[in-house]
Amino acid sequence: MARTLLAIYPQSARRYDEMLSADGNVRPHWRQFFGHLDSVAPEEMRQRLEFVDRRILENGVTYNVYAAPDGADRPWALDPLPLIIPPDEWAEVSAAVAQRAALLNAMLADLYGEQTLLAEGLLPPALIYGQHGYLWPCHGIKPPGGVWLHNYAVDLARSPNGRWWVIADRTQAPSGAGYALENRLIVSRVFPEMFRDLRVQHVAGFFRDQQEGLTGLAPVEGDEQPHIVLLTPGPYNETYFEHAYLARYLGYPLVEGQDLTVRGDTVYLKTLRGLKRVHVILRRQDDSYCDPLELRGESALGIPGLLNVARAGRVVIANALGSGLLGSGALMGFLPAICERLLGEKLLMPSIATWWCGEKPALDYVKKHFDDLVIKPAYPTQRMDPVFGHELKGEERADMLRRIEARPHAYVAQEMVQLSQAPTWSRAHERRLLARPVGMRAYAVTTPDGYSVMPGGLARVGTAGNTRIISMQRGGASKDTWVLTNGPVSDFSLLKPSVGVRDLIRAGANLSSRVVENLFWLGRYSERFDDSARMLRVALGRVVVAGGGKTPAVAAAMELARRVGVLPEPDEDSPVKDGSEHVLLEAIYDPEQPGSLAGNIRSLMWAATHVRERLSLDHWHSLNSLQRDQQSALKKHPTLTEAIAFLDRVLGVSSSLTGFAMDNMTRDDGWRFLIIGRRLERLAFLAQSMAHFLTMESADGPESLEWLLDLMDSIITYRSRYSRAPELLPVVDLLVFDDSNPHGVLFQANVLMRYLDRMTRELEADFDGDLAGVVERLRAFDLGKLEHLPFSRSHRSAPCIELAALLHELDLAANQLSDWLGMRYFTHVGDVSRQTMAL
Amino acid sequence: MPAVRYHVLHETRYDYGSPVALSQQQLHLSPRILAWQQVEEQCVDIEPTPSWRRDGLDAFGNPVTWVAFHAPHDRLLIRSVMTIAVEPHLPDALDDSPPWEDVRDLLAYDSSSPSAEALDAARFLFESPHVRVKHELADYAADCFPPERPLLLGVQALMAKIFSEFTFDPEATTVSTPVLEVLENKRGVCQDFAHLMIACLRAMGLAARYVSGYLLTRPPPGKPRLIGADASHAWVSVYAPGSATGWVDFDPTNNLLPDTEHITLSFGRDFSDISPLRGIILGGGGAEPEVAVTVFPIGEEKIPEALSAAIEGRGARA
Repeated sequence: MARTLLAIYPQSARRYDEMLSADGNVRPHWRQFFGHLDSVAPEEMRQRLEFVDRRILENGVTYNVYAAPDGADRPWALDPLPLIIPPDEWAEVSAAVAQRAALLNAMLADLYGEQTLLAEGLLPPALIYGQHGYLWPCHGIKPPGGVWLHNYAVDLARSPNGRWWVIADRTQAPSGAGYALENRLIVSRVFPEMFRDLRVQHVAGFFRDQQEGLTGLAPVEGDEQPHIVLLTPGPYNETYFEHAYLARYLGYPLVEGQDLTVRGDTVYLKTLRGLKRVHVILRRQDDSYCDPLELRGESALGIPGLLNVARAGRVVIANALGSGLLGSGALMGFLPAICERLLGEKLLMPSIATWWCGEKPALDYVKKHFDDLVIKPAYPTQRMDPVFGHELKGEERADMLRRIEARPHAYVAQEMVQLSQAPTWSRAHERRLLARPVGMRAYAVTTPDGYSVMPGGLARVGTAGNTRIISMQRGGASKDTWVLTNGPVSDFSLLKPSVGVRDLIRAGANLSSRVVENLFWLGRYSERFDDSARMLRVALGRVVVAGGGKTPAVAAAMELARRVGVLPEPDEDSPVKDGSEHVLLEAIYDPEQPGSLAGNIRSLMWAATHVRERLSLDHWHSLNSLQRDQQSALKKHPTLTEAIAFLDRVLGVSSSLTGFAMDNMTRDDGWRFLIIGRRLERLAFLAQSMAHFLTMESADGPESLEWLLDLMDSIITYRSRYSRAPELLPVVDLLVFDDSNPHGVLFQANVLMRYLDRMTRELEADFDGDLAGVVERLRAFDLGKLEHLPFSRSHRSAPCIELAALLHELDLAANQLSDWLGMRYFTHVGDVSRQTMAL
Repeated sequence: MPAVRYHVLHETRYDYGSPVALSQQQLHLSPRILAWQQVEEQCVDIEPTPSWRRDGLDAFGNPVTWVAFHAPHDRLLIRSVMTIAVEPHLPDALDDSPPWEDVRDLLAYDSSSPSAEALDAARFLFESPHVRVKHELADYAADCFPPERPLLLGVQALMAKIFSEFTFDPEATTVSTPVLEVLENKRGVCQDFAHLMIACLRAMGLAARYVSGYLLTRPPPGKPRLIGADASHAWVSVYAPGSATGWVDFDPTNNLLPDTEHITLSFGRDFSDISPLRGIILGGGGAEPEVAVTVFPIGEEKIPEALSAAIEGRGARA
């Protein structure tokens, strides 16, 4: 046995240690876990860490960092060791969090109503009227059930004497509960025995409470079922992963502002089958962006007219618009008296000592104790990083003091917090615990019986031992929080115990038009990237066979690739110096080149990201690994062999995507559009390739026919049927007319028309394009004309040209169908609402 | 002096160029009733007929109307017609007002219960979307407010300073030009001057609100009044405890104290609270609205036919 982990664990005299008591012993509620940790072999622990990393990567758990140089996503950082909290301590924390949520809710009711808190001098008007977060148009609105604050989060920290303090209130659209859930799913698998033996409280019940709370408030009429949606600002938001994750977990459609529309007093979701009333909007979008008619007008994110629906009491907006107001740290000092006034109770948990500079005595105190304080903005909408008084010297200091003097009400000062520390597992050492500052975000949701607090939360640790501000934006990491219980552990899961007839849900009748559009494009892109990979593999294969020489087969394959848009048109001003090889590698790896495989992968990921909540985790894993492959290849210079291996892998992923689409997705309208997208894309590609091939001068002789068969994945079928070199008639028959060949034109056309027929019948629409007519004419083509026809450049015959013309028509008809689907069913992305103003 | 009565016609016309599929509009076009202002008649006609409409009061007590159009349309006409009586209401003497510091201190928070009037004024004491309160503004206003100067004399001095140092220039600004830019360039229109003056007053710790309305203009001698030749106007109201209604109006664009020639529509913290017509449309081209305002004093001149037709509601399409 190696020496104990405690031997090199740094103790601190100044900080509270979550694991160790002041005398250096492991605290009772940590003993069992620590004993386990101390006994795990380094190799075993390494495997567990790898498991954590793999799950995060595969599940695509990300936190988008706006300023990150390499773009949007950053993997979520998770330390596997949980923060452990004993039952009696949690009971106090939980009661305090629930009380605070009730208090803040009562404050919102007052501040958007009678404003007695201001009239009685319990709050300075500056902190309400002076905030951009106070939304005047929301004054006087009475939300259903009198609930303003449906979701509340609070950042807690522990002072050196072991007491928990409130650091910040989150009342706008609190984030992190979904990450806490994901952390739980991972960490409970890293330490399964510990999780069971320590009797850790489960968190699923909290999400059930959330569902029930929202359902109970939904302003339904007659026999309407509550329709609840989760409103996200979109994939570029820092916590978009969580929006998609929670939407899937809670079973709510994930919608963006443009998916919702207001008609009079009612807000609707735009679905494929028309407008569907929405009763509850669980919003992750900031309130000031929610209604451009009355709030911030320059934003296209919102839902014009939403405030009027709220005025009529016909929608629950969770949290109510205007709730972000209470995120102001300046309010903290006023809460004890307000709690007495509104709830008739003492405030259970203290807030971190806060001085609002708008009061003269506070301002004087701040000036006197400047070195001991942190200066922060008084209003959450102000953009300003916290400033540590003792770090400011000379002119900087004088300047800060001047700014505070000029607008004292815009600043607060807080005492510097000495955060507690908790052990984290070092990734730099074989076997070592580090002590890192830790804070915890706790969550509460409204229920018919008051606020329910999540037994657990999102613990966050600083990156270094002396970190003073913990934030995920600044590169902090997270932990699971284990709240222990003396009682039995509820094994409730979010699946309903029993489903009545009224609860039955049939597939996807409520799909938003945007989701359907994205699924359609997901279908098209997944087929398109398969096509381009195949085209590139054929061309690359010819180049390799030719050994760098210029054979006719190389020239023909390159020409077809150009004609179908996989390769760029050669630039006449700067002729290609590096030859086919270079051109092909760029078409594989360079995402900026139009039509490139890498570009198609990017488009595919884009479409997939927008419907993420609809894809299974396995589906998502495949997509993720594909993009990682391509990104890692970008960094080195791949050889031809590596490029071919990459294309093989791409085609492997592609067939697994096809498998997911065919086997794992519910057969709803969304799926049907996905499949129509795939069929349409393949039909267009096949028709176009065949048409070009038949008229291309460079395509010549059996060798060309052979790679054409390869391109259409039909070479094995051909060989098994005709044991001879490819000839024009049998090849054309197999690739165009044989309707048992899934890589044949007519097969694809038939399948597409079947789906289209069913869909137009169900959705009562008529496609007036000429797809069926073109297919009829194609079918009527006399194959006899191709009999005994030599296939060579000198005899580019009339029948070939005639057939090519029919195939071009088919390609055109497929594209017309795509346009028609867009016009008929999808949100017109180009049609953005805009503001008008007249004096 | 008796009240002066007016007809006001305020027409807004959008020709969208291409059809608008969906439109929602918020109207602050109905005048509020004030101690010195009676609304005798008032109506707003809208073409096409809205699919939905709601009338109410906003958080500042101004009449507001919301309308929605759910069917495609390529033009929108909103015609507001009113008959209004305005009584004289100039303050007695500006030097009677309390020292400006007393008013500032009255408005400052000291954890006691504020008077209802002071709490009401506090709504207009802080930053708002179009009024950033920066120290440059306090610097600009400082010489108008020497110690102990009566509040209203200070405000008048500030108004005179703005009037003399700034140039009226409709090309210089848009509705979103920030106050600090106006201060730097010294050009703008009535809205800009009102916002600037409000920002200066708030920077001094005083409460000031933005007033939107109309101003009577005089046609050149011997010329008839032209229909639609006027425009919406904006000015400032400052909290002045001890005055008749607690607030006194100042018009920095014209360097005068509004009396019977200013007609009030609404007031708010700034333009964004009470934009006369604010909307969100889906579709349509890039057309700008045509706005025509006519303020016609009753009894002084013969009412032009086009105006009387509009007032009678016979659909003048001037």
